[in-house]
Amino acid sequence: MKRMLYASPVLIAMIFGGFFLWGLNPERDPNAIPSVLISSPAPEVTLPEVAGTGVPGFSHADLVGDGGPVVVNIFASWCVPCRAEHAVLTRMVNQDGVRLFGINYQDQPEDALRWLNELGNPYERIGSDLNGRAAIDWGLTGVPETFIVGADGTVLYKHVGPILGNDAISAFTTALEQARQEGSS
Amino acid sequence: MIARLLLIITLTLVPVTTALAVEPDEILSDPVLEERAREVSRELRCVVCQNQDIDSSNAGIAREMRILVRERLMAGDTNADILEFMVARYGNYVLLRPPFNAQTYALWFAPLVLALFAGGIGYTVMRQARHKTIRPADLTTDEEAALQAVLETSSDIEKNK
Repeated sequence: MKRMLYASPVLIAMIFGGFFLWGLNPERDPNAIPSVLISSPAPEVTLPEVAGTGVPGFSHADLVGDGGPVVVNIFASWCVPCRAEHAVLTRMVNQDGVRLFGINYQDQPEDALRWLNELGNPYERIGSDLNGRAAIDWGLTGVPETFIVGADGTVLYKHVGPILGNDAISAFTTALEQARQEGSS
Repeated sequence: MIARLLLIITLTLVPVTTALAVEPDEILSDPVLEERAREVSRELRCVVCQNQDIDSSNAGIAREMRILVRERLMAGDTNADILEFMVARYGNYVLLRPPFNAQTYALWFAPLVLALFAGGIGYTVMRQARHKTIRPADLTTDEEAALQAVLETSSDIEKNK
């Protein structure tokens, strides 16, 4: 009993030390919000096209269609990081043949159109989410957000914020590669 | 000086009436439903600002969530239905009050366990302090012999008096 008592300061120090180690871990992002969508089917929402873009809107059925994984990117013309991310997405489409769908979040069609005309349109389909309701179904916490949807319509990966910087890009392409392998096997 | 201090204390203690984030066009005409909407909104976390409920948040997405809450109330959902709807999309994270289930037992019981642990240690320390009696070690055989010798000499002196 007495020995246990003498050990207790060490024990307490170890418990606190453990917490601090965990808290100081640079890999840990305290603001990260776990997504419930991962490994569950993509939301059943049907989004109309953004007028004038020349690409159709999409529904859940379009995600499951052609066998390969689809990248779904939620963007808006008023979102500054989206502008920077746009180049990365365009490169993925042009170089790796990524299938990219867009959800235009709370954006006036004319603003979205001007933005796409200026930067180019890498999107195969763009759904308009004028009132932001579809984004809530996708569990959006802020634009931009990007999902990888597997060939069977299951959400496999979620990236919060712009896909910028080597870490984010390599994590994303790795996840995409995995999704492709799962789809082909 | 004291007056100023008192003023500072009162000002910090008075709850600041949070600037209402709910905009006039969101408010429902039915006061009962509106009151329920406010209740539900206070249970839901703003997913952008994270430590605020959507009722007091000015974030765009919080506004969308408030409107959604009101739409579902109009459609006849119960408060619990709406919370469930949000949890299905955002997980338990969206609830400001974490639910009590197998995943959160550690969270709920940790304070109790820590308090019991601390109490246990405190109790043992106090008990030991109270019952501690200073009991000297037994004499060694040498000391015993020396003591005997002293006692004997002193008794001899007594006798010879």
